[in-house]
Amino acid sequence: MTRAERASEREPEVDYLLLQMLNGVQLGLLMFLLAAGLTLTFGIMDLVNLAHGSLYMMGAYIAWTLIGWTDSFVLGALLALPATFLLGVVVEAAVMRRLYGRDHLDQVLATFGLILFFNELVRAVWGPAGKSIAVPAFLARTVEILPGVPYPAYRFAIIVTGAAVAALLAWLVARTRLGMLIRAGASNRRMIGALGVNIELLFSLVFGLGAVFAGLAGLMAAPLSSVKIGMGDDILIVAFVIIVIGGIGSIKGAFVAAMVVGQIDIIGRAFLPDLLKTFLSNSAASSAAPAISQVLVYIVMAGVLVWRPTGLFGQRT
Amino acid sequence: MMAALRTPRGLITVLLLLILAVLPLLTQAFDQRYLLSIGTRIVIWAIAAISLNMILGYGGMVSFGHAMFFGIGGYAVGILAHHGIASGWIQWPVGIVAAALWAAVIGALSLRTRGLYFIMITLAFAQLVYYLGAGLEAYGGDDGLNISRSRFAGLLDLRDKASFYWLCFALLCGILWFCSRFANSRFGLVIRGAKSNDLRMTALGFPVFRYRLAAFVLSGAFGGLAGILLANEGAYISPAMMSWVKSGDLIVIVVLGGMGTLFGPLYGAIAFFALEESMTPLLDLGRKGWGEYWQIVFGPMLVLVALYAKGGIDSLFGRRHG
Amino acid sequence: MAEPLLSTDRLIKRFGGLLATDSVSIDVRPGEIHALIGPNGAGKTTLVGQLTGNLKPDSGTIHFAGRDVTRLPTHARVRLGLARSFQITSVLREFTALDNVALAVQAHAGHSFRFLADARRDESLRRPALQGLVEVGLAQRADTLASALSHGEQRQLEIAMALAGDPSLMLLDEPMAGMGAEESQRLIGFLRGFKGKRAMLLIEHDMDAVFQLADRITVLVYGRAIASGTPEEIRANPDVRQAYLGEEDSPPPSYGGGREGEGDAKDL
Repeated sequence: MTRAERASEREPEVDYLLLQMLNGVQLGLLMFLLAAGLTLTFGIMDLVNLAHGSLYMMGAYIAWTLIGWTDSFVLGALLALPATFLLGVVVEAAVMRRLYGRDHLDQVLATFGLILFFNELVRAVWGPAGKSIAVPAFLARTVEILPGVPYPAYRFAIIVTGAAVAALLAWLVARTRLGMLIRAGASNRRMIGALGVNIELLFSLVFGLGAVFAGLAGLMAAPLSSVKIGMGDDILIVAFVIIVIGGIGSIKGAFVAAMVVGQIDIIGRAFLPDLLKTFLSNSAASSAAPAISQVLVYIVMAGVLVWRPTGLFGQRT
Repeated sequence: MMAALRTPRGLITVLLLLILAVLPLLTQAFDQRYLLSIGTRIVIWAIAAISLNMILGYGGMVSFGHAMFFGIGGYAVGILAHHGIASGWIQWPVGIVAAALWAAVIGALSLRTRGLYFIMITLAFAQLVYYLGAGLEAYGGDDGLNISRSRFAGLLDLRDKASFYWLCFALLCGILWFCSRFANSRFGLVIRGAKSNDLRMTALGFPVFRYRLAAFVLSGAFGGLAGILLANEGAYISPAMMSWVKSGDLIVIVVLGGMGTLFGPLYGAIAFFALEESMTPLLDLGRKGWGEYWQIVFGPMLVLVALYAKGGIDSLFGRRHG
Repeated sequence: MAEPLLSTDRLIKRFGGLLATDSVSIDVRPGEIHALIGPNGAGKTTLVGQLTGNLKPDSGTIHFAGRDVTRLPTHARVRLGLARSFQITSVLREFTALDNVALAVQAHAGHSFRFLADARRDESLRRPALQGLVEVGLAQRADTLASALSHGEQRQLEIAMALAGDPSLMLLDEPMAGMGAEESQRLIGFLRGFKGKRAMLLIEHDMDAVFQLADRITVLVYGRAIASGTPEEIRANPDVRQAYLGEEDSPPPSYGGGREGEGDAKDL
């Protein structure tokens, strides 16, 4: 049997499902990038950082500018990473450093102020209209991951990059000294101080790392949607949900939760209308479906909380 | 009352209340109609801030989703109005009870968690409500819906701006009175004690979760009332009234005015609106066109308040007695 | 022998691989002062945590006041007559000393779903609270903020708060910690006054206090209760001597079976 014949053997519904699952993996990996930095700062520095979404946004805007200057997506993106790292380090030194150990309310207030600041800064520097980053030419095609299932190459690139970064982070946490400090810090903050480590440097690095991941997620997501003011703020809350589900401070938890959320979100959106139509009228199903699929993620979070109040991999109190 | 007038805090507060009480007369006299609109919104936001202050200021529960209660109150009114039920006597209790019920559900789930989890969970549930509202195409979806104001046949015409304002002001006074009793009541002391040291309170024999849940429900109910008023003020409901930015603004108001104080939320609401209105022209003085970007200044201001001025405006009036 | 007020039956608690509580069965009789001693890390705090309800035992049961309280939440046990003081002083810092004790009284005065009446002027709460402060000798500091009290005064406040609910059993976690010799003696005298009226489970390192106060002593080592009995029996027990590693830590000479009635509350 030729490949084409084998492909036509499969039901189109299965192909559609596979496509959606791949999209779910892609979304999950993007969300993991965003959530990883967040769970690290929460777990190690006990810091609520609402402005993490702003770093996501800044990554995209900085990349837009650099891509414009260098006229190359890859070059612009690569240069945007150290720029975002630098931004993260500056923000940490200027604001975050003063928030460690303080009331969570203080942190909420201060980082809320940062969100307002960054949103307005972006508006002042780049203007109120959204920007767009085009999918780079060499990725503007499809790849056949499975026979007969063409998948957008760009999305596939996101999956590859995301998986690579996740693997890198896993190696970092498991095999390096920095990783050991991260693991130690996540389970017992006071202990890392006792280990004679330069805490300031550690926190700076961790925050910078989180910023890079967030920026990377932002710039990779940009060609799929757009670059606009406040683009990180709503998605940040999904990142919060992921961390709650996965357990604060747990990178493994963030990964698992992100993949689960990615699948639920995409597949929910794709199949919920049909599912609802089996026991609701057509019109009711089509009006309810979009609303419910948006909130599926939060319902899942509520469910996890009832069962495990500190998340799947969180510290049990 | 006389004793209150002797302190600067007392004097200013009484003055503020007097001005607020006669605002419609003042704005008419000076022909500044639009100030009455602002005044109404300030009063409504003060009510909202008081509701949050109950759990945040007195109870230490950092709920980052309080705007969801506005949404529920407002949408209850809007949805009922849309379906022809215009009577305020039906709409308003429905809105308040709906908000209270939602608070009970959310509270039961969230109050078992602490610290970071609690903040994020309340935020997530608020987003849930937001997306539900934005997803309801039948009621305007993202764009919102124009509604007609609640009818209180024969008693009040809410379309009359002055009448509506006085209703809001009366409700504000009622809630202020309730809060003044609440703060030192048995219930209030348990909530405040739990903020101070909830393990200690449990060790004394208080089922802290139960009391916190009750406070959360009360707070949600008052928040729902604020939402009902907001919907009637603009004759309009939209998901924007329950965005997390609004929740954040509300926290700012409570902290700015002075957490855990009686009039703090009122000072905060006034200050917040004053800042919003005045920052733009102030910045324009520095350089034309800068005013538009006032949040570049406001953002860092918040950071500074969070770091150095947590006592809020109330603390400017000096130490309290007792 | 009287029915024990508090008894545990083969309590076990593990933290990962660590066996913190190893099949512990102890009991406290009404009105007795029962001391719990042992080297650091023996699991005393873990055991107390299970008794109060802050920790869930992996297996075993706890009975208090005739009821199985193993699954009962902390606040419910307190309402049954259990009170505790904390090892690290834990009072309500933003409230006055009187407020603190009044809240302790309030916890046992029905429910607190009252929203309108001013609890700060409620004589049914304030009067017993002030009386409680008088008993521990803090009456003159009634209107001082708890955060402004000295360490010793905060300790006294803790005890007043524990007493406010008229408990039948008090769990005192190292009440002498950080106290000078004179303060300790006063506290010892004060506590001794409760013999026969309130039961006490006392965790202490201060051997002086333990041997002056205790009717019975239980020794905990590596999570196991290795010995339990009168002070004389414990002093003579070879396992106990060994566990305490050497002469300087061995129990001090006999005090002749406790001195009832000495040390008045008014001496404090």
